[in-house]
Amino acid sequence: MRQTDRHYKFDWLTIILFFILVGFGWLNILSATYGGETIEYFNLSNLYSKQLIFIAFSFVLIVFILSINGKFYERFSSIIYLASLLLLAGLFVFGKNINGATSWYPIGSFTLQPGEFAKVATALAVAKYVSDLNTDIKKFNDQLKTFAIIAIPALLVLLQPDAGSALVYGAFFFVLYREGLPHIYLIVGALLIALSIFSLKFGITSTLLITATLVALYYFTRKKRPSILQPITVLILSTVLAFGVRFFYSKILPEHQKDRITVWLSLENDPAKLEKMKKTVAYNLNESEKAISSGGFKGKGFLEGTRTTGNFVPEQETDYIFSTVGEEWGFVGSFFTVLVFLLLIIRILILAERQKTQFSRMYGYAVGSILFLHFMINIGMVMGLIPTIGIPLPFFSYGGSGLWGFTILVFIFIKLDSNRINEW
Amino acid sequence: MRKLLLLLLVVSVGIVFTGRLLYLQVYKGASTNLYEDNAIRKVFDYPKRGFVYDRNGKLLVSNQPSYDVMIIPNEVEPLDTLEFCNLLKIDKPTFLKKYEKAYNYSPRLPFVFVSHLSKEDYAVLQEKMRKYKGFYIQKRSLRKYETTIGANVLGDIGEVNDRNIKNDNYYISGDLIGKQGVEASYEKTLRGQKGIKFIQKDIHNRDIGPYKDGKFDTLPEAGKDIKITIDATLQAYGELLMTNKRGGIIALDPNTGEILALVSGPSYDPNILVGRDRSKNFTKLFNDSIANPTFDRSLQAQYAPGSPFKVINALIGLQEGIVNTTEQFSCKLGYYYNGRKLHGCHSHKSPVNMNIGIYESCNAYFVNVYRRIIEKYPTATEGMDTWSNHAKSFGLGNYLGYDLVVGRKGRIPDSKFYDKWYGKNRWSSTFMTSNAIGQGEVEATPIQLANMVAAIANRGYFYTPHIIKEIEGEPIDEKYTTPRYTSIDKQHFEPVIQGMFDVYNKGTAKNLQVEGIDICGKTGTAENFVKIDGVKTQLTDHSIFVAFAPKDNPKIAIAVFVENGYWGSRFAGKMASLMIEKYLRGHITRTDLETWILTHSLENEYAKPYSGQPFKINGETQLQVVPIPTNEAN
Repeated sequence: MRQTDRHYKFDWLTIILFFILVGFGWLNILSATYGGETIEYFNLSNLYSKQLIFIAFSFVLIVFILSINGKFYERFSSIIYLASLLLLAGLFVFGKNINGATSWYPIGSFTLQPGEFAKVATALAVAKYVSDLNTDIKKFNDQLKTFAIIAIPALLVLLQPDAGSALVYGAFFFVLYREGLPHIYLIVGALLIALSIFSLKFGITSTLLITATLVALYYFTRKKRPSILQPITVLILSTVLAFGVRFFYSKILPEHQKDRITVWLSLENDPAKLEKMKKTVAYNLNESEKAISSGGFKGKGFLEGTRTTGNFVPEQETDYIFSTVGEEWGFVGSFFTVLVFLLLIIRILILAERQKTQFSRMYGYAVGSILFLHFMINIGMVMGLIPTIGIPLPFFSYGGSGLWGFTILVFIFIKLDSNRINEW
Repeated sequence: MRKLLLLLLVVSVGIVFTGRLLYLQVYKGASTNLYEDNAIRKVFDYPKRGFVYDRNGKLLVSNQPSYDVMIIPNEVEPLDTLEFCNLLKIDKPTFLKKYEKAYNYSPRLPFVFVSHLSKEDYAVLQEKMRKYKGFYIQKRSLRKYETTIGANVLGDIGEVNDRNIKNDNYYISGDLIGKQGVEASYEKTLRGQKGIKFIQKDIHNRDIGPYKDGKFDTLPEAGKDIKITIDATLQAYGELLMTNKRGGIIALDPNTGEILALVSGPSYDPNILVGRDRSKNFTKLFNDSIANPTFDRSLQAQYAPGSPFKVINALIGLQEGIVNTTEQFSCKLGYYYNGRKLHGCHSHKSPVNMNIGIYESCNAYFVNVYRRIIEKYPTATEGMDTWSNHAKSFGLGNYLGYDLVVGRKGRIPDSKFYDKWYGKNRWSSTFMTSNAIGQGEVEATPIQLANMVAAIANRGYFYTPHIIKEIEGEPIDEKYTTPRYTSIDKQHFEPVIQGMFDVYNKGTAKNLQVEGIDICGKTGTAENFVKIDGVKTQLTDHSIFVAFAPKDNPKIAIAVFVENGYWGSRFAGKMASLMIEKYLRGHITRTDLETWILTHSLENEYAKPYSGQPFKINGETQLQVVPIPTNEAN
């Protein structure tokens, strides 16, 4: 199957996995938006017809991306990055507000979401900057600059406000860590997350007690004891952080986000209230879990999902599209979907590792990380494993910008990868 | 290592997701089906409930339409409430209250606004209904009793309770189910099978259309009509005789085990448990703990049978070979043991043989026979169990297995019973000689006594009593057509039957003879007590009578039981004779007996324990005379 072109070797496995996901995704959008009438593929009032057009246009994008010289992306990464920042910033002036977020440019009857493309641009920019011979990611100064490249678009997205999409920029941590970011970031990051969850779930006192015990154990079991200041600093910082998290949760976090965390960690002690929350703030989650469950092992069959047909899960064609998979295709189809995603991500990571240039490797890693974060957060959320964070499932969720963003993201890498034979 | 971090994370997330999917879809999702899917509305189509006919084809129970006014609050438009309230016969505050209740239930779903409209109200309302948007009339089917008798036999239907729903997933809340009588025992036959339509609904509970184009929908299956063994004429007559008395009459056809009449007094008109007043009337009946009309005395009342049980001891004696028909025992106004009088007896000639023993109902004779049965064996345990098994073979001491839902086991004691009372092997035949004369530990329900008589009438076998005669196109259960044999050989029955015949000829029922019909019977009297303010107080004896007729080729076996009727032939015997004549001849020649029974009431007697006054019983009482009551029998 592999093309035997002398200069370009496209990785067909990645391309096939990509098409499986897009195709299967469209079937599920059809199911989620079809109202029981006859299917009209070219009636643009149907979302599934629109998505079909989005898919068709992504073919155009693919051809375009693959036909441009691979070097283009590296050379023009700074310009692409700056352009995408401008687009993001322009939203505050020209953007259209949908569901409380100003994330879209209205273009005729369509809307365009620049945030979906900014990820690609940021990936290119980070890869470009870090792979520069003058940059050393182990140096604090360069770390700061790199963080700035990531943080600027992330902040612009956060201000729209779209906290979920902003969170995705966390994917770059994996890229930088792979390239040599000191371990301390990983350790501190992991500990911070653990400490935050712990102090929310079990309260500040027990969290600090556990932290103090661990720190004391660590300190007194060491043969060469470092200065006593070290553990004390850690404890003070932990205390500040624990209180900070609590304060943030109860005072600063907007009500709806606070409720999501409350439901996720079962922080409400009154079972009646928690049950009520399931019917109000966690309504979507509750319905989506029920829809997935009702699919059973084999599923109810394509277009046969009763909860899908009855629109029991709001926003099912976008963020909650996986519940359609669960209901109509059952465990078999859901597992298949998870498996294809895993294969795609792993394939991209393997390809990234075999790149000859740091730029390509970092970009590939960024693609894998971004896909992974979307995959983990979206499916994890729909199945109730992590708190509700509204980001789309790549290739599945309805929407042109999202589909095109991910298509560009993946195919630039396929182009870069195919070019590696010329990198000698 | 740095290369592996993300890879490991990806794989572990994959594993966690797979685990979660397994939990949600395979572990939790395994039980989901169409019926439990709340995205599918189930609309039921109820079939016609089967009719009930008596043995002669007389229609007893049919259906009648009932009309409910339904409301869908969202669709209600401003209306002339005054006129509407007048039509519905409610006032405006009630109207508003009901509207609010319906709205709170759901603005989009139908709700019963006024239930059970009368036919007249319906006729008026129907023409004006289109004026009231958001209201419509829904037809329901109710039971209609074509008779005023047989409430205990016919039973009634009512809404299912939580237990019904839990035990049988056929039923959903609001369904009707047979509660008592044949409505309960033949529920599945009568109800048919409801049809179901699956309708896809959306999140706002609105119907979108049939689920999968109605692929899974089913049509209702009409309930089957049944014919019961009751003879409506005899039943009505029995209920007439039982007016102003409490007790039960059971008449069986010994040739088939069919229940010809099943009377329980006091009774009530089954029609009061239909329609708007059902729950009010039911509560009234149910809460009447004194007269207890919902208690079926012919099936549920368990008493010491008294003297009729003596014939069983005579049969067991003959079967065990410890007495013959000629052997005589002396009776000096009672039975003496070690110089102590164990049982008294009334004055009659002595010594007595079996024939005289039966028709004179001599206590001493039967105590002698009974002791011989127990003492025939090396141990009292063996003797007791032999006796007990013989008695039980007449259908006593356990559920008979008839097809009505209520009943009692009765009691025939055995060795285990006395071991528990006195300790193992610490008792002997003299400890429970009361069993010889149907007192003591022996207890039976009227239907068990009637069945016992049927077994005697058949000379040794009986058919399990039953109420079902015919279900269209279906044979009745084999257990009602298979004879059950007693442990007594056929030849032993003749002398005992002769004794019972002589009860009418020259014995305790001499005055109850019916010209031209050879009746065999046995009187009984049972002492009974109640607690009044914690003091055990004796009431007037119960009057008991069992009989069958004609002597050869019997057609009816009967047990009559009248609470506090004093002696056997006083109330129960007369009623038994009348019932037998009514059934065999179709009219009454002993009108003197009939008039006596109809004009004498025991209501005075029943009021005594509740009067708070001291009272007298048995011989010192005076009977209350009343005008002749009526029901559909006269």
